[in-house]
Order: sequence, then C-alpha cells, then structure tokens
Amino acid sequence: MNPLASMISKRIMFGVLTLMAISLLIFVGVEALPGDLAEAILGQNATPETIQAFRTELKLDLPASERYFSWINDFVHGDLGHSLANGRPIAEVIGWRFANSLFLAVTTAVFAIPFAIMLGLLAAIYRDSWFDRLISITTLSAISLPEFFVAYILIALFSVQIPLFPCISTINDDMSFLTKLHAIFLPCLTLALVVIGHMMRMTRAAIINVLSSPFIEMARLKGISNRRIIIKHALPNALSPIINVVVLNLAYLVVGVVVVEVVFVYPGLGQLLVDAVSKRDLPVVQASGLIFAGTYVFLNLMADVLSMLSNPKLRNPR
Amino acid sequence: MGQVVDIQEHKHLLEIKQVNIEGYDGERWKPIVHSMDLHLKRGEVLGLIGESGAGKSTLGLAAMGYAQSGCRIVSGSIGFDGIDLMALSEQAQIDLRGSRIAYVAQSAAASFNPAHRLIDQFAEGPVQHGLMSYKDAVAKAIDLYRKLDLPHPEKIGYRYPHQVSGGQLQRAMVAMAMATDPDIIIFDEPTTALDVTTQIEVLVAIKDVIKELNTGAIYITHDLAVVAQLADRIMVLRHGKLVEEGDARRMLDNPREDYTRRLLAVRSLGEKKLLLERDPNVVLEISGVSAGYQKDVNVVQDINLKVRRRKTVAVVGESGSGKTTVARIVTGLLPANRGQITFNKKVLSPDLASRDRECLRRLQMIYQMPDVALNPRQKIKTIIGRPLSFYFNMKGKELTKRVEELLKMVELPLHYINRFPAELSGGEKQRICIARALAANPDLIICDEVTSALDQLVAEGILNLLQRLQNELGISYLFITHDLATVKAIADEIVVMYKGRIVEQGSKNEILQPPHHDYTQLLLSSVPEMDPDWLDNLLEEREAV
Repeated sequence: MNPLASMISKRIMFGVLTLMAISLLIFVGVEALPGDLAEAILGQNATPETIQAFRTELKLDLPASERYFSWINDFVHGDLGHSLANGRPIAEVIGWRFANSLFLAVTTAVFAIPFAIMLGLLAAIYRDSWFDRLISITTLSAISLPEFFVAYILIALFSVQIPLFPCISTINDDMSFLTKLHAIFLPCLTLALVVIGHMMRMTRAAIINVLSSPFIEMARLKGISNRRIIIKHALPNALSPIINVVVLNLAYLVVGVVVVEVVFVYPGLGQLLVDAVSKRDLPVVQASGLIFAGTYVFLNLMADVLSMLSNPKLRNPR
Repeated sequence: MGQVVDIQEHKHLLEIKQVNIEGYDGERWKPIVHSMDLHLKRGEVLGLIGESGAGKSTLGLAAMGYAQSGCRIVSGSIGFDGIDLMALSEQAQIDLRGSRIAYVAQSAAASFNPAHRLIDQFAEGPVQHGLMSYKDAVAKAIDLYRKLDLPHPEKIGYRYPHQVSGGQLQRAMVAMAMATDPDIIIFDEPTTALDVTTQIEVLVAIKDVIKELNTGAIYITHDLAVVAQLADRIMVLRHGKLVEEGDARRMLDNPREDYTRRLLAVRSLGEKKLLLERDPNVVLEISGVSAGYQKDVNVVQDINLKVRRRKTVAVVGESGSGKTTVARIVTGLLPANRGQITFNKKVLSPDLASRDRECLRRLQMIYQMPDVALNPRQKIKTIIGRPLSFYFNMKGKELTKRVEELLKMVELPLHYINRFPAELSGGEKQRICIARALAANPDLIICDEVTSALDQLVAEGILNLLQRLQNELGISYLFITHDLATVKAIADEIVVMYKGRIVEQGSKNEILQPPHHDYTQLLLSSVPEMDPDWLDNLLEEREAV
C-alpha cells in the first residue's frame, strides 16, 4: 500500500481508539460523581418507593458495564437518550445549540485564520521592523488577557460607550444571516483576538525557522525577492506547524467557548453544558462531552492528515 | 587561454580590492577576511584553497556582493564588469545575482527546496529575472540536463529533490546555475559531500560546461587535487589572508610557501607503523553475518572479517555500500539476522542490551561528527570521566588524575579539563572523543569516518595520534571510511565493500597492488591526484576500455 494511505489509515484507527477511551473516561467520571443520582434529582424527601421506581425507569439498577455498552450502542445509532431535566430527547436539545456553536466557531475561523496567517507572513517579511514589533505586542497582550476580560472590555467599548453591537448575542432561525452576524460580532471578535495571536505567532516562528535553511540562502543567491522567498520557498516548508496550530485553535473555537458563550448569553453547546452540570442532567453532560471529544479528535486527525499531505516526500514517494 | 588580443579578455571581469569582512560570534564582530584582493578574467577558473575557517566561502560569496547572515562586508570595493557592487542598491544587487553571477552550493540536497520540482527551481531564476518565459526555461533546462549527462533529461526535472541521487542533484544544481548563461559561477565545494566515484561525474560535468560556455568561475575547495583538475590559477588562503597565489601548474610543481607545501604533502603519515609479524590473536571475528533494518531484507550480506591485535582493518566503499551498517552490527545497535560475531574468543550477543559491562568496555567507538558526539552542556572532565566512573568506579582525585593522563595522551593541554566542547576546535573535539574511548581501556575501537569532517592537516594529526596510540597501547581499529587516502595511510588490512557485500579483502599491499577487483579499480582510480592532467588522462583511459 502507498505509505501515505497506510499512515493515514493508522491515524484514523488511533482516532477511533482515542474516542473509545474518552467515552469510557466520561462514563466513569460521571459514575464517580458523589451521591445517588435519583436522590439528587428527586430531593431528600422522596420516598424509597419513588426512588426505586425512578432508578428502574432510568435502568440505574443495571450493572455499570451493561449501561455503558447500551449507552455507546445507542449513541452510535444516533440515539443520545433523554434529558433528565425535561424528558426531551437529547438530540433535540443539543442539535440546534451545537449548530449555533459551530456557526460562531466557523464565522470566527473564516476571518481569523487567513488574517492570522497574513499577519504572520507580514511579520516574517518585515522581521524586526516597527510593524513586526507592533503586532507582536498587540497579539501578545490579547493572548495574555483572559477571554472574559477581553469580552467585558469589548462590551464596554462597543456596546455601552459606542452602542454599535448588542451585548447579548441571542440568535434564532427567524433572523437573516446578516442580522445574525451583527448579533454575534462581539463574541466573534473576542474569540478571534485570542486565536489570532497564537496562529500569527506560530506562523511567524515557523517561517523564520525555515529561513535559516540552506535552500533559502540558495534562493537569495538566485536573486529572488524577499517576499517571494517567504511565500514560495519558506511557507510550503513551514506548513506542518502552521496547520497544527490552526487546527488546535479551531478545536478551541468549538470546545473552548464555554466562557465566552456564558458572557454573551449565546445559546450554544457550552452554555447548555454549564446549565446541565448545575442541574445534574447527566445524560446531557455525557452526550455533550462526547460530542466535544469527537470534534476535538476529528480536528486533530485532520491536522495530522493535512501535515502529512503537506510533506512533499510523503506525497511523492521515490 | 588563447592569444587573441581582445580588450574584453584582458579586462578583469571581477575585481575585488582590499575587502575586509567581519563575522559576529555572539559577542562582537571579528575579522574573517583581511584586506583581500581577487581578480578574475572572463573564461578563467580561479581555485580558492584553504582549510575551514580560512574565509574562502565568505570571500566567494563577497564576489556576489553577498554576506551571509552574521557577516558583513566592512570595507573594500567589489567591481564586476565595471559596476561597483558595494555601491549598488539592494534591488540592483538582487537583479545581478542568479542572472549574471551564479552560485553552486556544497550540499545540493540541502540547497534545493524540498517542496518544489527541480525544473521549477531551475526556471524560477530566469523567469523572475525576466530573461525567459517559463516554457523557454524548461527547454533550456532539458538541454542543460542533457549536456550534464543526467539520465532521462526530459523527465528528470519533474522530480522532487528527494527523488534523485546526490550526484544527480549536484549536477542539477550546476545546471540551475547555468540557466541564465552567467558571466561568473561560484562553485562552493560542489563535490565535497560526494563519493569519489560520483565526484568524478560532477567534476567532468563542471569542466565541460565551463569550457563550452567560456564562463568565469571561482572554485572553492579544501582539496588541492580536485582544484588541480579545473583551475587555471590558484589562491591559497589561511586565516582570512592570502598565503600564495599563482598559476595552477606552477603552484603544484613548485610551491613557494611552506603552508602550501604542507597542503601538498598531506596524506603521508608521520608516525611509523610498528611492523610486527602477524599477531595470532584475533580480537574480533565476524563470520557469515547478514543484517538489515527490516526482517528478511538484508542490507549487508555474508560479511566475514577478522581484526587482529594491534592491527587496523579499514572498511572502504562508497556511501550506501553498507560499511556503516557493519559498524552498527559490531556495536550491537543493529542485531544481525544471521551469522556470528566473536570478540576476544567469546561469542558476542547480537543485541546491545544483552551485552555485559565488560564487553561494552572493551569495544569503543569514535564517530564522524565530534560536534554531535559530545554533550555541549558537559565539561570535558565530565565527558571523559563518565566511562572512568562507569567502568572503573573512579572518583574524586583519582578520576581527575586519570582524565589529565588521558588529555596528555591525546596531546591536549591540561587546562582543557574545565572547558565546554564549544570552546574547542573540530580537531580538538575529535581528540576528546578519542580520549573518551581510551578511558575505557578498550581492545578494539571502531572509527566511523573519524576524519571526514575535518580539514586535511587536522585529519593528518588525528591519524598520527591514532597510530601512535596503537603502537603504544596495542589497540586494534576497525576503520570505516570512504577516503582512500586515509586508508593508504593507516590500514594494515583493507576490506572493500560494494552494495552490501565484501568484494575484496586482504592486506594493504595485496589490495593496493594490481590486479584489482573491478570495483576496487574504479574506487582507486577515482581518487583525484595532484597532477593537473589526471582527470583528462583518466577519462581517456576509461573511454579506451
């Protein structure tokens, strides 16, 4: 088999294994929560009979291993179970919220990634100039501040002082695309400020690292302009680390947005997760945990595959 | 050259005057090249000779008005065809580079961008300089690939650098330099990283194209024999200063300076071999060994060799012949698939992990790259002291005393004991590696290309040292090398390897005297000689056969 294909299929297998391990961890973690679930939900005053009936209904009386496999089996078949809080199917509860979270993440990614890579390239081209230093300082400060702090500053500036954007980002299906964009502008900007810093700095560092290679000096001695050297000669050889940091930040955009969603009261999966934890709605916690994990594993798998594809030696075997 | 009176011929194409170049060593700027003058006529080949650190590469690059990062041209003038390069704007310099002055780097493998096809890298220069369309550049590339005798000239350009061999890549780089019909090409050690057999292909290619296109060339190398084949005139450099300059033939026949004479005289060992009758004691015996990096795929096959006490066995061959694999098998880094290794009359376990400490002690190794083999964060005392405490439980004063003895043995001053490897030169670092190997009181030392990363004179010092230690301590050496000059100097017995098999073995005299095995003949005849006509004669001979 082609070495590339075999490497990729190996990675996919590892991805599936990782996911299995995570599902087990989530399940065990939830099992290990102190106290009895039925008591916690029905309250201290529930009679033993009610508690017993509740447990039977939720199949809590079955052994843990059996429950784990039936949970996974249902999950794989698309049945995420029912919420304890309101008895509705979890797929229904989670579905539109996950779509909202993805909408926020994708919108941010669409303008943050190209912008960050452009900035990184410019910083590498004009290395050690005032321009390089300025964006270094700006992005560093953006990374250093916690995201909720950035979020409140942005609200104070663009929602209170100059009321351009709403400070509560509620969206629903009746809104037009543009209105939605307007509504999520501030959370987007907050997330972008955090991820652009990472991606831009990694791009700059990866390019500068490649710039010390002999083939770059060769290109200079061939009389190639600095700009072309960076874009045509350095960038293709710096792709692997850049892809990795971009995908890591994408994963952050999907699963790490809990705080930002809470600040802007955005109806996403993160907000739901926080609610579910406080209400002890364990099936919802389990399901969202596994969805987050799945996204994470999938994106990392993409990073591995893409960086393999970016290597000309693997793409064109001898 | 010709007697035609032509103003163009007589005017210097390149004229460097009183140029001073400095390098930054992390603390301050230090001079690398001192007030050098250099001139080159159209169609002339100038050889720049010197050991590493002589400033020859720096001077060669200065001919393009270019200073490597960490270097700067402080003063002087660089005139190219009536243009003062130092006075030119950045953009004007870029316009000249790669169009009228081109460069061929030492390691083509590192100097080609791994992400682009060869032909695209060829075309980039001419297209970016606005001299040709991409289509014309491709046609020109194929033409040059054919001239340089590359296989499948129409197709080879569409390969990526990692898909062609080292010698082919080096020729592709020469082709790339010729893309724009430059007036001058700077060759910076273009054959140093190649085997002797491959070196000839590249030398011939370079010689032919230079002659055909009447290009001026600066040929930088540390190997006088190589430059003797190409250069009309030679400049010998040392510590950034000119030692001697003159016509190539005159310089080889009749060197004026002592340093040049020493460069020419290299490869004769000062330390005499102790000529004892054959010691019956066999230290190492390899019988019927085959091994490979995958199961069932053997890189080396059916290796049989013996190393006797106080003797040196040299394993020679081009890269990929499996000689380093043999060293790895003996050390146990690569367990053999088949066969047996006997060391001091005991059968060695093929796997390193299951060998006992005594066995590890008796078998030591010295590596090609002293820079990589020494931990940069450890002082010399720690480096040499480690085997002493590991094998002999030495501590404190006893250990310090022994380290000092060892330093004395490898002819280094005692105050080096508290230095870090970075504070030593390449040859001194290799001496530390030798001292570390000696610290274990070994019976056999495996020397893997120990002199190939060093300059000739320094290498000679190391070989002398190894010979003296053998005479005094009775150590045996298994010497892995591709350099036949080293072999001639130090070996008692020679093993010639080709494609993973031993093709010929015997005492030095047997192997070096005809008749030879075909491959040994090819290897021996490929070693450049100081005679300027050597390459031409060799080609005639080979064509005749």
